[in-house]
Amino acid sequence: MKRQRNRLDVGARIDRSRRLRFHFNGKPYEGFAGDTLASALLANGVRVVARSFKYHRPRGIYSAGMEEPNALVQLGGGASSEPNLRATQVELFDGLEAASVNCWPSVNFDIWAFNDRVSGLLPAGFYYKTFMWPKSFWHSYEKVIRKGAGLGTAPEMPDHNIYEKRHQHCDVLVVGGGPAGISAALAAGRSGARVILADEQAELGGALLGNGERIEAASGVDWAMGARAELDGMDEVRVLSRTTAFGYYDHNYVLMVERVNDHLGAPPGTLRQRLWKIRARQVVLATGSIERPMVFADNDRPGVMLAGAARTYINRFGVKPGNRAVLYGNNDHIHQVALDLADAGVRVEAVVDVRAKAVGEAVAAVRERGIEVMAGHAVGGALGKKRLRGVEVLALNEKGDGFAGDIRRLRCDLLCLSGGWTPTVHLFSQSGGKLDYSENQACFLPGEARQAVSVAGAANGVFALKGCLGEGAAAGRSAAGKLGFREVGAPEALPVAQGEAGALMPVWRLPPVSKGERRFVDLHGDVTVSDIELAAREGYSANEHLKRYTSTGMGPDQGRTGNMHALGILADIRGESIPAVGTTTFRPPYTPVPYGVMAGRDVGVLADPVRMTAMHGWHERSGAVFDDVGQWKRPWYFPRTGEGMAAAVRRECIAARSGVAILDASTLGKIDIQGPDAAKFLNRVYTNSWNKLAVGRCRYGLMLGEDGMVMDDGVTSRLAENHYFMTTTSGGAARVMAWLEDWLQCEWPELKVYLTSVTEQWATLSISGPNARRLLSELAEGVDLEADAFPHMVVRSGKVAGIEARISRVSFTGELGYEVSVATSYGLALWQAFQRVGENYDLTPIGTEALHVLRAEKGYIAVGHDTDGSVTPGDLGMDWIVSKKKDFIGRRSLARADTMRTDRKHFVGLLPETRVPEGAQIVAEYKRRPPMKMIGHVTSCYDSAALGRPIALALIAGGRERIGETVTIPLTLQGRVVKAEITSPVFYDPKGERLNG
Amino acid sequence: MLRIECPHCGARDEAEFSCGGEAHIARPKEPDKLSDAEWADYLYMRTNPKGILAERWCHTFGCRRWFNIERDTVSHEILRVYAMGEPRRESGT
Ligand SMILES: [Zn+2]
Repeated sequence: MKRQRNRLDVGARIDRSRRLRFHFNGKPYEGFAGDTLASALLANGVRVVARSFKYHRPRGIYSAGMEEPNALVQLGGGASSEPNLRATQVELFDGLEAASVNCWPSVNFDIWAFNDRVSGLLPAGFYYKTFMWPKSFWHSYEKVIRKGAGLGTAPEMPDHNIYEKRHQHCDVLVVGGGPAGISAALAAGRSGARVILADEQAELGGALLGNGERIEAASGVDWAMGARAELDGMDEVRVLSRTTAFGYYDHNYVLMVERVNDHLGAPPGTLRQRLWKIRARQVVLATGSIERPMVFADNDRPGVMLAGAARTYINRFGVKPGNRAVLYGNNDHIHQVALDLADAGVRVEAVVDVRAKAVGEAVAAVRERGIEVMAGHAVGGALGKKRLRGVEVLALNEKGDGFAGDIRRLRCDLLCLSGGWTPTVHLFSQSGGKLDYSENQACFLPGEARQAVSVAGAANGVFALKGCLGEGAAAGRSAAGKLGFREVGAPEALPVAQGEAGALMPVWRLPPVSKGERRFVDLHGDVTVSDIELAAREGYSANEHLKRYTSTGMGPDQGRTGNMHALGILADIRGESIPAVGTTTFRPPYTPVPYGVMAGRDVGVLADPVRMTAMHGWHERSGAVFDDVGQWKRPWYFPRTGEGMAAAVRRECIAARSGVAILDASTLGKIDIQGPDAAKFLNRVYTNSWNKLAVGRCRYGLMLGEDGMVMDDGVTSRLAENHYFMTTTSGGAARVMAWLEDWLQCEWPELKVYLTSVTEQWATLSISGPNARRLLSELAEGVDLEADAFPHMVVRSGKVAGIEARISRVSFTGELGYEVSVATSYGLALWQAFQRVGENYDLTPIGTEALHVLRAEKGYIAVGHDTDGSVTPGDLGMDWIVSKKKDFIGRRSLARADTMRTDRKHFVGLLPETRVPEGAQIVAEYKRRPPMKMIGHVTSCYDSAALGRPIALALIAGGRERIGETVTIPLTLQGRVVKAEITSPVFYDPKGERLNG
Repeated sequence: MLRIECPHCGARDEAEFSCGGEAHIARPKEPDKLSDAEWADYLYMRTNPKGILAERWCHTFGCRRWFNIERDTVSHEILRVYAMGEPRRESGT
């Protein structure tokens, strides 16, 4: 293991007594507690950490935060492996294992790097232009391109980590724990308001952790630690570290992810991350800003990094990011960083400042140290390949938009850039706030807010420390004040050492120094100045088009460092101002969020509730195979040992037609309807009339939407003068309940009708077959079951197996049938009683599949199976159930020109040669190749035991007039073509003799 | 996610509610007397304003009561919550 050769001996916020071992790309290294993976790699002198996305160029660590475009790593292996993490954000822990993404076989020898040498062939829009023709080849290109452009590997096994979600209300949510955010939280907290301060980093301080600035006599870091102690002492204040607010939604609803144990490698059994769902009365955004780079040839060489990052590696991590440095920029920050570098023992070659007049405290201090300040100069290009070897510096012309004079070469292995600052306005923009462009600061700033939110500090364009402290305190005080909280005691004044910084001079692009050079704007996506120029030439000069055509800002880093340059260059090309070109829309999430934390504990059996009937345990013990019907588990069929599905269903069907079968019908939707206007209400919601239904009788009803399309069906019984009992389809129960409530509450509040959902209160079984009456008579007491006394569509109360029950004589199979309903708690007892008595009748339990075969043989529709929201009663041949004498929901729509067409699709039967898949298309004239005219589709298809052949139900244009015709069902993907004859949908017992037996 | 003041239960997250679309669309008393176009207008045509919209909401996962709100479709601010059957404001759209 190598020594940490770039580690400084003293200072910084790392614990040199706690050594942490880790592996990167298979090699062992050592770092210290407090390191990030990036700082530890730099300490170990690892220069090349990644390959770029398109050209596979060697890349080094570029930043010290979430804006990192280069150092994307895959962390860990197996199920908990996570791709595309930024090494600059990964806190080091003992045993960490990480690897570069997007390189093969290794970072130092990458096969795809040939892309870099043939880069003339890979301009903007290359994929669109080259691989979209011929279209049919795209799927074969895609595989190769995806491998070449692979960005990490998604884990393929279930994530075993533990996540949770938490809801929280607060008075003031402060996002960002830098000087402005801390000041805001202190001011709001001191007033007694309930405050949450959320910060992305491991400890509070923000920029103070890295820039070494002082507050009064204390170091900025000590001030932050003091503030943390004070905040921790306040009862109503909660500080959340390692927490990123990533989404800002309506009514001050903010989502945040807290990385609870990632910094320890999320040991098994511990909570890895927590999703916070915050509802805040006021929000203060103190989200800081991100430093911008400068753009020049080969500005991506390992050793080129943001000036603030270099400063952070020295002050926070005790790492020298290089030995010989050049600084290049357009503002005072490069001079401040030059001083820090010099203090840390780095040899500073020169500070290259595009401003012709570089003046001010920091500039003077640099000159005083004997460091050369090259004012009015620019870096034209970087030298070296896998590591920076030097830079080429040129003088700028008077206007500052071109070069004048000769190239001068400076040797260096570190080049620190500062092109100014881009305020982090993402959350503000997500909240609906407007952004205004500041010419002075060359950046977008928060403008008019749409929600209860204010912005403070660097996020608001206030970059100097003194301003951040003052503005943060004011924002916190004001937010709490609006809610009636007043700060106790006078706010303390916070004089600071740092003065105001000098103005910056925006330089978005300079002319190329030599032909064909690569000046990167978006390092992650390998988008160059030339790509943007090309896109603009080809007409993609709208900002949103440019983004998609070149992929600028579309990587995991979302172009945090390069977007402003892309915009500036585009504005320059178009000869317009930046605000005229506009900024792209910011959408959540601010940074990538793992799916696991969004799911929380709602995974596995908790992903969706499972509804089970009272008889479920019996079904399970009897070997039922289950079918999911909505959230219900329904027995699909009951195979006997060694029996396949087809044989089981066939046996179940034969039992229902020749003996007696029993079905668990508990999942039927059930609605109890009471009140003096109940009949009037049913008249309005069903197509048929309910005026003359006597007490003790049942009636089938069809329910339409107001558009005239079939919505649900079921049998409703009249139990007493003002008491009805409605059943709905199993899947439609909740929808029908909501629908009925809607009409009663919103349209007909004058009706005295009361609805109660009782689906779960009644367990229902249904028996059907020629022996159904004999079987039931052995268990029923006090009910005359004889056909004359208890005909079809009648309901009676009585006792069955000693249990209070409702018995309805109804049938969905076409056989003599009864439904017996009892209180759910007696459901299993009832079922078991039938099984005991049923032994003498060879009583056969059947599932939903047999039920479907039986009802299809009778041509009974299954709503949602044979209908799809575009089917009228007339289409189904069910005009007999549509009253002509009254109004009902949907009636007017049945009189529309379109619903009265005679060539609409009709519900018919089909006799196909072989079984065909449901949904299969039907054609009248078959052709060997498409297109063919489709005249309908198969809605149900089964092998019928009763008919000894496959049968189907279908919707076919003008189908009732085509009965007897032969149509074709082309099953292209299966390589077969099936012929079928159109018939009546009633295949079995068309006169209904069995039903009434 | 909106925060909606249910008149019966108090302020709750939008996830507990269902939106029933534009409010104050009364079902025609005599549908037969309407032309196809007039019926289609009742069925499908909505004002979809940029600004204040009166809409129906139901506290589906709470008290299951329907009520009306006035919502600014630009800012999503809820300006008024009122009972089903109460008239819209004069100034409203
Ligand atoms: Zn409610």
